[in-house]
Amino acid sequence: MKSVVIIGAGPAGIRAAQTLVAHGVRPILLDEAARGGGQIYRRQPVNFKRSAVKLYGFEARKANALHQTIDELREQLDYRPDTLVWNAEDGALDTLHEGRAARLEFSRVIVATGATDRVLPVPGWTLPGVYSLGAAQIALKFQGCAIGERVVFAGSGPLLYLVAYQYAKAGAKVVAVLDSSPFSAQARALPGLLSQPATLAKGIYYRSWLTAHGIPVHQGATLKHINGEQRVQSLNWSNSSGKHTLDCDAVAFAHGLRSETQLADLLGCAFAWNPLNRAWLPQRDSAGRSSVAEVYLAGDGAGITGADAAEIAGERAALALLEDNDYPIAPQRGVQLEQALGRIDTFRHGLERAFVFPENWATDTADDVMICRCEEVRAGDIREVVREGHWEINRVKAHCRVGMGRCQGRMCGAAAAEIIACESQRAVSDIGRLRAQAPIKPLPFGLEIEP
Amino acid sequence: MIEVDAVIIGGGIVGASAALFLSQAGRRVALLERDFCGSHSSGVNYGGVRRQGRPLSQLPLSQRAHEIWGRLPQLIGIDGEYQRSGHLKLARSLNDLRALQDYAASSQGFGLDLQVLERSELRARFPWVGEVAVGASFCPDDGHANPRLVSPAFARAARHHGAQVHEQCAVGAVEHDGQRFRVSTQSGLELRAPWVLNCAGAWAGKLAGQFGEPVPMHAGHPAMLVTEPLPWVMNASTGVEGGGIYARQVARGNCVLGGGQGFALDDARARPGQHAVIEILRQAVELYPFLEGAQAIRTWSGTEGYLPDRQPVIGHSGTQPGLLHAFGFAGAGFQIGPAVGQALAEIICSGASTTSLDAFSITRFHSISVA
Ligand SMILES: Cc1cc2nc3c(=O)[nH]c(=O)nc-3n(C[C@H](O)[C@H](O)[C@H](O)COP(=O)(O)OP(=O)(O)OC[C@H]3O[C@@H](n4cnc5c(N)ncnc54)[C@H](O)[C@@H]3O)c2cc1C
Ligand SMILES: Cc1cc2nc3c(=O)[nH]c(=O)nc-3n(C[C@H](O)[C@H](O)[C@H](O)COP(=O)(O)OP(=O)(O)OC[C@H]3O[C@@H](n4cnc5c(N)ncnc54)[C@H](O)[C@@H]3O)c2cc1C
Repeated sequence: MKSVVIIGAGPAGIRAAQTLVAHGVRPILLDEAARGGGQIYRRQPVNFKRSAVKLYGFEARKANALHQTIDELREQLDYRPDTLVWNAEDGALDTLHEGRAARLEFSRVIVATGATDRVLPVPGWTLPGVYSLGAAQIALKFQGCAIGERVVFAGSGPLLYLVAYQYAKAGAKVVAVLDSSPFSAQARALPGLLSQPATLAKGIYYRSWLTAHGIPVHQGATLKHINGEQRVQSLNWSNSSGKHTLDCDAVAFAHGLRSETQLADLLGCAFAWNPLNRAWLPQRDSAGRSSVAEVYLAGDGAGITGADAAEIAGERAALALLEDNDYPIAPQRGVQLEQALGRIDTFRHGLERAFVFPENWATDTADDVMICRCEEVRAGDIREVVREGHWEINRVKAHCRVGMGRCQGRMCGAAAAEIIACESQRAVSDIGRLRAQAPIKPLPFGLEIEP
Repeated sequence: MIEVDAVIIGGGIVGASAALFLSQAGRRVALLERDFCGSHSSGVNYGGVRRQGRPLSQLPLSQRAHEIWGRLPQLIGIDGEYQRSGHLKLARSLNDLRALQDYAASSQGFGLDLQVLERSELRARFPWVGEVAVGASFCPDDGHANPRLVSPAFARAARHHGAQVHEQCAVGAVEHDGQRFRVSTQSGLELRAPWVLNCAGAWAGKLAGQFGEPVPMHAGHPAMLVTEPLPWVMNASTGVEGGGIYARQVARGNCVLGGGQGFALDDARARPGQHAVIEILRQAVELYPFLEGAQAIRTWSGTEGYLPDRQPVIGHSGTQPGLLHAFGFAGAGFQIGPAVGQALAEIICSGASTTSLDAFSITRFHSISVA
């Protein structure tokens, strides 16, 4: 029998599973990670024993609730951790678990694949000691270690202050926080942010805490250059008052998050340009139905809205799935959830104004800056292809290999798009969309196949 | 209204090289490409530039292409990562080895210089080949190139020589008014020319059918896969007698592998499919043991035209003077493409191709009813 499948055991996927179970469905929950929780509520390995408050701070209660949910559901669903979905076609998902490939047919699927950092490279970003903000947090949350002893946090987005705060709390020396968004942007964004006063309060708390503990926080600050021989030794940054240097042994940086949309793409979902996310996203209705009848979308994988929204969207998508299969559901629940999502969306618009995208990044990026680490493609290589007359991103990829390597453009795609758009003098929405190809993550030769 | 000597439909390596040779000869040409030049089969193929293994009837044309490939930089301005690494065709059984010996004997005189290698010689010269191979046939001057770079460069070179190249410009109607063709495109261009070259790849059957000579062509989708960069070991491009997994290694270290068939996503796009990908991952290590544990990072496929006899159609239409066809290359048109373009240019410039095209006439399908 074909199953209802959920991909991703983060807040969205777990709440979707819980909702399905509550209505008598036994879904299969696939997750690449070893333990459920997703990115924000990532769980430490089994034998690690730090408290939830230490790990998740203000979110400890939510983290506990979510972990408890998945633990309690264990018997009522078919939970398969350590399982990568590397391809989708023809009503089936292709998975890899402990070196074995298998095929899983589905009747319906909820895609809740989450997000990764959006990285806008700067000179020196490939030096050992440079991490994305998310990766810095994973090191702390998952393994209980810091990326360095004297760390600078740079870029923008809510994770910037959060991770800096978490590092400082954990006892690491935070040298400075360099926020590329100007203070004026954050003031302008305030009305939208007030729609989620509690979340806003947390954001303000992190920042005040940092300042109160003597950690310099600079706004309108641009990370210019990361320096070092074998690893990070210092960095240069600038603001309206001039150029500055800081000594440090690690840097964590990113400019917000980007959705993991490749599976939705392979599943045939229609995409549309989303100006708020500055990205192509799979289209969905307010309940999470994609353009493909069997496919539902929830959480940050379909557009960045954060953990609370992911939980709500997971439940909403599961209800839509149930509804479409003639299960009786409480109709007002769906309405409530959608209203809640609407409020978060207003907040999200506010966030985007508070943490503005650095529009000058592409113009300011020198030709020798490495954009695609996997294939070692520099900004100048991309520009050269554009100057030959190419502007469509897949075409540019074909010519200079940007996005063709191990990460398949998951890390460099956003930056490459900015460079192409800038050089071809087109809007970033007018250069096409990087097409996904299987495998979503590398697959080993010599794998075994499940009979 | 654009007046030219020839309208070429399809900006793959065949159409683009016809455009290049015609404009080098001073003809006015318009190359019309639905998407981007070299973005279909010609730009996504495996990159094998080999003569070995082709039907004998193709060898004169293939040999001519070999000469053109030899002066690629002069012709298109880049080397396209073309290298004459040699092509090693592996035999997994003594029967297969015998077939390779027979081919070597019958293809003598075409200039392939094949060397048949027994097991011990194969081991000594190509130690990275797996134990399953009992022997091989080696063609020292065959090789491989980067199709993503080579095919678009043919169109760019044609433009440098004066050809009009129109991309994102799908041909709609083609009519003949008794004297000339009138070609209109979906983007609104109107062209007139005494010659039309049907180089539309897997989509060429439509125009042939419209001029009263339908062909039994179907689309195929070879599955492709590439690894992360690996230490350099493969000093030859490979294939397998009787079919199997072919592989080559590029200078960066990535191995490109092909084998099996994918599926069509729609009329113009294809994917390699889970089945073919898994088969490559499982079986390749037998032939190429050094791949054990390596990672595949990307897969893809393309849309290629196949006729039942796996031979292309090249040359005059049997129904409409001035119409030339060149399609149906059955997964092997990258290597001969430039020679096909040159032969078509000769037909227009001097009345006939210097290499015989008789074996490839479309009239071989005239008596067959096409479903
Ligand atoms: C590193 C990182 C740290 C973050 N930290 C915070 C934070 O501290 N606070 C905050 O508010 N927000 C944080 N976020 C934002 C975060 O995206 C959301 O808050 C929230 O986790 C989104 O929930 P989700 O269920 O949509 O996705 P996620 O929580 O990201 O869960 C998605 C799950 O899907 C799995 N998955 C993805 N692709 C596949 C596949 N192909 N096959 C199998 N499984 C797959 C992943 O392993 C993951 O477990 C972080 C994001 C990142 C990337
Ligand atoms: C995956 C794969 C691997 C292969 N490996 C090899 C190999 O290793 N060695 C080898 O020699 N060969 C190989 N081949 C075969 C080779 O790629 C093709 O035979 C060759 O590229 C054919 O060239 P073409 O110009 O005829 O076709 P194409 O490159 O397909 O070009 C035809 C063009 O016509 C255009 N077109 C179609 N309809 C219209 C219209 N109405 N108006 C305007 N334009 C139109 C299309 O958009 C297309 O760009 C492989 C093919 C594939 C798919």
